[in-house]
Amino acid sequence: MGFEVDVRHTSGSVDGQPPSTPTSTYIQLAGWTKVVLFIRALLSKPASALGLIIFVVFLFLALFGPFLAPYGVNEQIAADAGQPPSAKHWFGTDNLGRDVFSRVVLGAREILSLAGFGTAIAVLFGTTIGLASGYIGGWFDEILMRIFDGLLAMPLLLLALLLLGTLGPSKSSVLLVIIIVYTPIVSRVVRSVVLSVRQRGFIEAARLRGENLPYLLFREILPSVLPALAVEAALRFSYAIFLVASLGFLGVGVQPPSPDWGLMVREARNNVNQMPWAMYYPAAAIAVIVIGVNLLADGIKRVLLESK
Amino acid sequence: MVKYLLRRFGFLILTLLITSMVIFAATQLLPGDVARVILGREAGEAALQALREELGLNDPVPVQYGRWLVNFVRGDWGKSYSTKSEIRPLVIGRLRNSLMLAVVILVISVPVAIFLGVVAGLNENKWIDNVVSIASLAVVGLPEFVTGLVLIQIFAFRLRWFPANSSIRPTTSFLEALPMLILPALTATLVLLAYIARLTRAGVIEELKQQYVRTADLKGLPYRVVIFKHVLRNALIPTITVIAISMGWLISGLIVIENVFNYPGLGRLMVFAIDRRDLPLLQAVTMVAVLGFALSNLLADILYAILDPRIRLG
Repeated sequence: MGFEVDVRHTSGSVDGQPPSTPTSTYIQLAGWTKVVLFIRALLSKPASALGLIIFVVFLFLALFGPFLAPYGVNEQIAADAGQPPSAKHWFGTDNLGRDVFSRVVLGAREILSLAGFGTAIAVLFGTTIGLASGYIGGWFDEILMRIFDGLLAMPLLLLALLLLGTLGPSKSSVLLVIIIVYTPIVSRVVRSVVLSVRQRGFIEAARLRGENLPYLLFREILPSVLPALAVEAALRFSYAIFLVASLGFLGVGVQPPSPDWGLMVREARNNVNQMPWAMYYPAAAIAVIVIGVNLLADGIKRVLLESK
Repeated sequence: MVKYLLRRFGFLILTLLITSMVIFAATQLLPGDVARVILGREAGEAALQALREELGLNDPVPVQYGRWLVNFVRGDWGKSYSTKSEIRPLVIGRLRNSLMLAVVILVISVPVAIFLGVVAGLNENKWIDNVVSIASLAVVGLPEFVTGLVLIQIFAFRLRWFPANSSIRPTTSFLEALPMLILPALTATLVLLAYIARLTRAGVIEELKQQYVRTADLKGLPYRVVIFKHVLRNALIPTITVIAISMGWLISGLIVIENVFNYPGLGRLMVFAIDRRDLPLLQAVTMVAVLGFALSNLLADILYAILDPRIRLG
C-alpha cells in the first residue's frame, strides 16, 4: 500500500480509488458529435468551464506568444531596468531590464510544451506497457509491476530529484524525468482496466478469429481503456506543470536564461523588495494555470467516468 | 494482530530493499566517471585509477550495491564528495530540523483540518460547506513555493510578525526556533489542511447515510451522542490513515518549503547535493527520506488495524 492513497494526485488516481469501468455513452458516439457533446458537458458546470477557458487562453499564448510579446525573451533594455508596471512595460521589468510581460507570455510555451510532451510520451509508453502487461499477464506482468512498485515506493518529487541529481539539471533531463516517473503510473491505471475487461466475450471472439496481438491490444481492448486513460492523462498533465514549475524554482530543472516561470520566480526573489512585480506576475501565472488545469481535469473526470 | 504486524513488517523490509535498489541504480545513471568528477579534469590517469580502486568502482555493480547497502545499514554512510566530511552526522542533524518542522505542521494542521472537515460534512451543501470546499480546492492546487512567497510578503514584509528567513543554527533549541518555524509550517498547513478536510468531509457524509445512524437517531438518542459516539468514530478512521500517509506529501512539500525559507532541513540538503553532484550525500538523504515515508505508512497500517478490527482479522 502507500501509493494508492495519495496526496494531491502525486501518483495514481486522484482519490485513491481504482478507475471505474467505463460506463460513458461517449464511447458509442462518433466524430464531431462526441467532441461537441464533450465540450458542452465541460461548459455546463462553472468550475470546469472556468478551467477550460483558462487552459485555452494559455494554449493560445503558447501557440502565438512570439506574435503577442512586445519584446524579445532575453532582450535587455538597460535604461529600463527595475521599472514598475507601466504602459510601456505592462508587468514592469526585472533587474536586467527584461520585459516581464513578454517573458511571462513566452514562458507559456516553455512550460506547456515541456509538461505536454512529457505527459504525452509517458501516456504512449504507459498505455503500451499497461495493455501488454495486463493482457499477457504471468511472469512478464509480475516482473514489470514489481519494478514499478520499487519506482513508486517513494514520493514522486523525491524520485524526480534523485534522477535529476544524476542526470544534471537541464530541459531534456526534466523531460526524461517526467517520462520515467509517469510511465509506471499510467501503465498501472491502464493495466487495471485491462484486467477488468480481459475476460469479456468480444475479446475472446477476436482471439478465436485469429487476430494478432497488436490488433487485440489496440483495436479491441484500447477503446475500453480510453475514458480512464483520458482522465489520468489530464491529471498527469496538471501535475507535470506543477512539477516543472517547482523544479525550476528549486534551480534543478530548466536553466537560465529560459523564461520558465518557476525559474523567473527564483531569479526575482533576491530583489523582491525593490521589484516585487518581477516575482509576483510569473508566480500568478503558475497559480492560474495550475488551478485552471486542475479544474479542467476534475471536469474531464466528471464527464467521462461519472456520467451515465 | 501479531501475525498481521509481522506480515506488514516483512513487507516494509521488502519495499525498502527494492527502493534501495532503485536509489542505487538511479545514481548509476551518471554519465561519465565518478573519479573524474571528484578529482577534476586535470587529474592524471594514475590518480584516477587509485581513486577508482579506493572507492571500489572497478567491482561489478551488484557487488558495489551490496557493499553500499551493508555499509548503510551498519551506519557507515561514507564521505561527502563536496564537503569531504562524514555524511551521517550532517544528515542526522538536518533530519532533526525537518522533524521539528513536521511536528509543528501536524500539530497546527490536523485539529483544524478535522474540525473544518466535520463542520463541512455535517452541513453538506450549505454555505459553510461550500466555502470550505471551494477554498480547499483552490489552495490544494497551488505550488508550495507560491503559497510560501505570498505568506512571506504578508506576514514578514508587511506585518513583520515573523522572519522571512528561517536559517537556524544546529545549536538552536526548539523554543528558540519556534518563531522561525511558524511561516514554513503555515505554508504546509494550508495545503495539508485542504486535503485532510476534504477527506474528512467525505467520510462524515458517507457515514451519515448509514442505517445504524438512522437507527440511533430514531431510537431517540440526542444529536450530540449520535454524532460523537457513532458517526465520528467511524468517519475518522480513514482520516487517521490519511494523516499518516500524507507524510509522503509532507516529504515532497518540505523539500520545496525548506528552500523557500532557507530552512536547513533534509530538503535543502538534497538540493545542495544535486547542485554539487554529490552522489553519496544524495543517496543517503534519499534513503533517510524513504525510510521515513515507509515508517509512516507502517504506522498508518497499524493504526488502521487497531481502529478497524475487520482489517486485522480479515
